[in-house]
Order: sequence, then C-alpha cells, then structure tokens
Amino acid sequence: MSEQTPQRVPPSPTPDPSTRGFWEAAKQGKLLIGRNASTGKVHYPPRPICPFDDEGEVEYVAASGEGTIYSFSVMRAKIPYAIAYVELAEGPRMMTNIVNCDFNALRVGQKVKLTFVPSEGDGQPVPMFTPA
Amino acid sequence: MSIRDKACIVGAYEHPTRKAEDKSTAQLHAEVALGALRDAGLTRKDVDGYFCAGDAPGMGPLSMADYIGLDRLRHVDSTDVGGCSYLLHVAHAAEAIALGKCNVALITLAGRPRSEGVATGTAPRAGNPAQPDVQFEYPYGAAIANMYAMCAMRHMHEYGTTSEQLAWIKVAASHHAQHNEHAMLRKVVTVEDVLNSPLVADPLHRLDCCVISDGGGALVVTKPEIARTLKRPVVSVRGAGEAVKHTMGGTIDLTYTGARFAGARAFEEAGVKPSDIKYASIYDSFTITVLMQLEDLGFCEKGQGGRFVADGNLISGVGKLPFNTDGGGLCNNHPANRGGITKVIEAVRQLRGEAHPAVQVKNCDLALAHGTGGSLGTRHGSATLVLERE
Repeated sequence: MSEQTPQRVPPSPTPDPSTRGFWEAAKQGKLLIGRNASTGKVHYPPRPICPFDDEGEVEYVAASGEGTIYSFSVMRAKIPYAIAYVELAEGPRMMTNIVNCDFNALRVGQKVKLTFVPSEGDGQPVPMFTPA
Repeated sequence: MSIRDKACIVGAYEHPTRKAEDKSTAQLHAEVALGALRDAGLTRKDVDGYFCAGDAPGMGPLSMADYIGLDRLRHVDSTDVGGCSYLLHVAHAAEAIALGKCNVALITLAGRPRSEGVATGTAPRAGNPAQPDVQFEYPYGAAIANMYAMCAMRHMHEYGTTSEQLAWIKVAASHHAQHNEHAMLRKVVTVEDVLNSPLVADPLHRLDCCVISDGGGALVVTKPEIARTLKRPVVSVRGAGEAVKHTMGGTIDLTYTGARFAGARAFEEAGVKPSDIKYASIYDSFTITVLMQLEDLGFCEKGQGGRFVADGNLISGVGKLPFNTDGGGLCNNHPANRGGITKVIEAVRQLRGEAHPAVQVKNCDLALAHGTGGSLGTRHGSATLVLERE
C-alpha cells in the first residue's frame, strides 16, 4: 500500500452512559470486552447485562488485541475501506476495519492485531486491526 | 392452535411505477390499497384490520389509516422487521382473523427511494444513537452491501461457493424479467455480464445487487367464508413461520440466515416439505441472499447452494425450482428498499395461474414466499409463508 493512498477517517462514535468506559479505555489503547464474572463467558460489544446468562455481573476486561479475520469486504467507495469481523483470541467476533494493509492481500483466517485510528472531530480513537 | 387454512389472500396489487417523482409516499400507499381491494372485489368499508411497517409515514398505522380513509379498524399491527415485514403481516393477519379480531385485513407497502436519490446499499447510515449497535458499527462504514458481501466471503471460504454460481441467480432473474413490461432491468444477462460488472463490495458485483426503485404493493387477507364469496381464485395461507437472528453477543455465524428457523416452522405448520413446493419467491436483495435462504429453507443441503442455483436451475421451464418469475428485486422492483410484498404478490399470481405465460409454472398449487428484513451481516428478521390454491 503506497503512503499516498488516502485512508478513510471514521466518523466519531456517540457513546451512551453505559459505554463511556469502553470509549475512555480506547483512549488508553485498550479494547474492552464484557465478561460474566460468574460464568466467565465473554461477549462483544460489551454491555452491562450479560446477553447469555441471567445470573452473574458483567465486568469489563481488556482483550489481548490478537485476532483472525472471520470475514471481510473491501467497499469500493471513493476512498475504499475494508470492513471485517475479526474473531478475537478471547472468542467474540467484532465488527471492525482492517487498516494499513494491501486490500488485495487480505484473506479469511489471516492473523491481525489491534490498532487505534482517530475519528473525525474529537479524534476519539476507534479500535481497528492491521495484519500481524 | 394453527393458522392453517384459517385465512386466504384474496387481493394482490403491485404498483406499476418504478419512478414516482410526481407522487407522494402516502399517495402510493393509498393507490396500492385501492388496487388490492379492487382486485379482491372489496372496498375500504370492508376493511377492519390494517397492517403496515416502517415505510408507512407517520406513527405506526395512524397517518396511513387517516389518509387512506380506513374508518372501521378494530385491529392494527405495524410490526417492522424491514423488508420481510409484509410476509409476517400476512401471518399476523391470519392469526387475527383466526381469533375473530378482524375479518378483512389490508397490508400496504410503498416508497420512493429512487426519486429521493437514496444510495441504498452503499451509504453507511448513522441511525439513532440510542440504538445500541450503532456506535459499534457506524464508525466502520457498515452499509447494506458490505454486510451481505461479508456473508458471501465467508460462505465462499467455508463451502467453496463461487462468484459464477452467485451470478446464475441474477441470470435466472433476468430470464424472467424479460417478460415483465414493468421490470427495471429487462435485458437477459449472462454469468460473464455479472462478473464483468464493477465490484461494489468484494466479492459482490453491481449485478449481484437488487435494483433501487419506487413503487409499492398491497395485499388483502380474509377468512375462507368471505373468500369463497368473491370472484377471485382462493389462495389459502397453509403455514407461516418467523424468526429473528442477530449478532448473539459476538457469536454471529454469517453462513446461515433466520430462514433456517422461519422455514422449518412454516413447513411444519403446513405439513409439507421443500420438495412439494412448485414455485418459490425468495427475497433477493443480493444474489447471496437467495443462495443462503435456499439452503436454510431446505431446498438443498447447507453449503450446496452454489451447485443448486447453477446452470439455470431457478429458471421457470428450465430448472427444478422456478423462483421470482416477475424478475424479483434483482431485476424487476424493490419498492421502498423492501421486497417482501412483491414476493407474496408473485406467489399469488403463480397460484392463480396469472403469471406471465412464459414463466407460469404448470399446475402451480403450492408455493412458498420467503423474506429477510434488516441485514444478514448483523441482525435480521425472517418470515416464510406456504401458500396453497384451493
């Protein structure tokens, strides 16, 4: 990928009272996922109520940042971009973008690692992935 | 309790417009309402149940009931599960009729995304920030086309499905559309045409996508006792199923759809199996939508959809499963970006023997209509109807 290729700047996310912690952690370079303290089961996107089990408090834990591409598609927009579901090492599949890469070399199953890209406006970092 | 044989579709109308620059959305709703009632041989004064979804302007059914002039309503339902809402409405109307909550149910859909210049598939939409998924999807440019494209990419990875196989679905739709004077795309295309069209979102090409059109459609559902007094052939609702599938806390599997559940429920209620179906209307926002739903409905084994659709197997008079003989969303019409009602309308035409003679299925007495609403790449509704000619 040549350095001149423009990279899409993501629109800024709009946090809500339950996700402010997630987006604050992103500013510290951390990707939080939800974990049921009783069952240990993890989920994404994180939310205060476990989507799987009625019992157990949700705690927020940092993901390792390692993952593999579950699926992807290159949008042939004016500024092309690669959207993907990345399967985190912890298990959950997360919608994201693959950045700083050769779009034509992307493959399902490819190993990727966490990075953060500043969004429009306030520059809120958004968790994305790049080839490992 | 079952809805089997408790309700019949007696009116079906598809608006002929594909570009309605000089009409309002409400006007289109009213025009299709009257069209379907005229088809049934009924009037507005007969309607005591009204069903519409998110394309209807106003709060739920209220503005449309007012504008159309429905003044005897005692049952309404504005459940919105996107493009398949109208198949679900037929099922809900059948339930209401079976319980005596209404006798004549009207269902309308209309919209004008083409006149309004909506970039339906390619423009990410910000949505309501209170919708909890928006902040985790919108920043990444999630649109319609790239969500379905990710389904195709994963299906190809797991099952070896090819772009050529997907293209056959468009080819079949175009073979049917050539006979439909209202269809937006009437030119018969080849597999090569599809593969040579520009990529929109890898691996989907422009010709893997449905059209963007204005228009609408309406249906009238009533109880068998009334249906048999009318002059039109009676199309009975034999079974119905609905389902919701979503990202499941990060465990989403992009290779199957809610049709797996909705279809099974509809077949069970109808007491028939996929091989009994003579004609199928299958929601076709994209070619991959058709392929996955055919597998999930049980017309072929999971993963064999590519082989199933190839070589013209979906072309009426050629293959084993004639589908979308009006040209479908892929070639004919996708009014309001919601193709559910046209799926039911063409199934009704087939069961009445009123499809175009070039695509009419012989002795078509049992048909299926299936829809998806929302996005297969995130969360969607699924609805299946098994319809029978009495």
